[in-house]
Amino acid sequence: MSAVAVQATPASPPPTPPTSSARRRRRGAIDAAGPLTYLVAFAFVGICIAPVLYIIFGGFRTNAQITADPSGLPGPWEIGNYVDVLASGRFWQQVGNSAVTGLFTTLGVVVLGLMASYVLARYSFSGRGAMYSLFAAGLMFPMTVAITPLYIMIKNLGLMNSLAGIILPQIAFALPTTIIILVPFLRAIPREIEEAASIDGASRLGFFFRMVVPLSVPGVVTVGILAFIASWNSYMLPLFILNDESTYTLPLGVQSFASEYSVDTARVLAFTSLSMIPALIFFSLFERRIVGGLTGAVKG
Amino acid sequence: MTASGSVGEAPPTVTASPTGRSGAGDGATTAPAPARRPRRARADWPTRLEIALLAGPAIIVFLTFVIVPVIMAAYYGFFKWKGFGPPTEFVGLDNYLIIFRDSTFHDALMHNGFILVMSLVIQAPVAIGLGLLLNRRMRGRSVIRVLIFVPYVISEVIVGTGWSLMLATNGAVNDLLAKLGAPGWAVDWLSDPEIAIWSLMVIISWKYVGFAVILFLAGLQGIPDELSEAAAIDGASYWQTQRRITLPLLGPTIRIWAFLSIIGSLQLFDLVYIIWGQYVAATAGTSTMATYMVANGRNAGNYGFGNAVAVVLFLVSLVIALSYQRFVLRRDTEGALTEGKK
Repeated sequence: MSAVAVQATPASPPPTPPTSSARRRRRGAIDAAGPLTYLVAFAFVGICIAPVLYIIFGGFRTNAQITADPSGLPGPWEIGNYVDVLASGRFWQQVGNSAVTGLFTTLGVVVLGLMASYVLARYSFSGRGAMYSLFAAGLMFPMTVAITPLYIMIKNLGLMNSLAGIILPQIAFALPTTIIILVPFLRAIPREIEEAASIDGASRLGFFFRMVVPLSVPGVVTVGILAFIASWNSYMLPLFILNDESTYTLPLGVQSFASEYSVDTARVLAFTSLSMIPALIFFSLFERRIVGGLTGAVKG
Repeated sequence: MTASGSVGEAPPTVTASPTGRSGAGDGATTAPAPARRPRRARADWPTRLEIALLAGPAIIVFLTFVIVPVIMAAYYGFFKWKGFGPPTEFVGLDNYLIIFRDSTFHDALMHNGFILVMSLVIQAPVAIGLGLLLNRRMRGRSVIRVLIFVPYVISEVIVGTGWSLMLATNGAVNDLLAKLGAPGWAVDWLSDPEIAIWSLMVIISWKYVGFAVILFLAGLQGIPDELSEAAAIDGASYWQTQRRITLPLLGPTIRIWAFLSIIGSLQLFDLVYIIWGQYVAATAGTSTMATYMVANGRNAGNYGFGNAVAVVLFLVSLVIALSYQRFVLRRDTEGALTEGKK
């Protein structure tokens, strides 16, 4: 639970050479996985993956196949559904909306979060504890609680049916997690570096832009990906703010597609599987950072 | 969030300076700082300007879109208001009385409670067991970690769409049961009020248990090997080691996970709304406070009422969260404080 547990300390004790034969025996008996472990692991992975595979494989079938054998595999494999979806302007428009929303949300979260975290981590002023508590308190206000007045506020700001109406609240609601991850990260930058920079004549702002920003890239990547995936998957806020089909992001698009083509199950499944690809790619590329960020946020 | 709030406690090296209050973070900082130890008179005007420039945008966005709406919810909740123009028809606590007397709200509250308890009861043992099992040297561990995290990463809409197709009466699950020779088990998973909430529990467990496993694995990796080695030398069996050493040391991780799970259960909206929609959720017995709020607030055009439900939802969550922190997380945060002060 220590403040710097997030990224600063990987907390792996230095490997000590095996000294006794008892230790080697224990290693062999307990630490290495036996067949049972593999069996349970594969069963669990299967349970996790099967519904996802159902969606992906379902897209390769025809409706006739699905009706005749709802739980079967594609046979023959049909790529028509995927081709149809990929050829439709509607899909790409929603991909575009989701991408724009995700990118600007990420950018906003990173820029605002990094600047605020720098202040919290590196400046000493009274009111700092209160400022941190303010952001930390944000974790207690999930969007569910604020959604109705938020909707009214967005309406009053004239941002209904615009992506900005999604982006700004998403930045605001992502700031608490971001700050909680980044503050310990920035605090872990050795003070000697700052002193050296100040001896070399750098102001604190200069230090921020020349040293802190480059040094904080790993932490920034983590919070950036978390913000992007959260934005990509966000459902409730777009549901309230976006009523115009041309502004739909993918989650809304999937839902409206599913109700519009409810008889065309295969095509719905194809649309659904295509819409999860970006999040899955992002996730598998940055799995370690995401897991580290989440566990860091939880432990922080 | 005391657990994280403790991070913000000023470390002992910080010197409070009397003039150093930023224009931004105040409101809670009206108490004058002790005018002592001006060892580092940092917070002069340029510094204050820097603080305002750097932290200002984040604070403005955060206040505007998080704090102000929450406060507005409390205000609107006292009005009967259709969302046009300023609210004028002040009704006092009427909205709240309606909520507390509405049996559909009671149902929703019960469902939230059921989901809260069952999430902990189902996911905790499964995730702890899998965490212990997977915390070994094995081939393909990183691949396994990625794969069990997939349900958590894909969106609620995809999960909802996929599962509602699979659980439909003529869907894949019932078909599979028939193929396995148990056609009698094929039931109406989604609309039978006796069964629907259990289907919801299956979907929730499926989507979120991977997160718990990953969390516990990370916690287990933070436990030094030396401890179980020492226990092994003292003759402890595998199970003794897990029960007496590993599980207690994993305690903080489990308690934090349970906190997140509880908050998530209370706020549950997306999955229910996507699979059942606002009307069916109530009849199928899967409605939650959040779906009740959206159905009777915004969708019915009763914005004052919707805000009152939001306040109730928030207060229920707050009371549960605070008591959890007070009675369960206290030990952990105390540990964090002492650790931070060393």
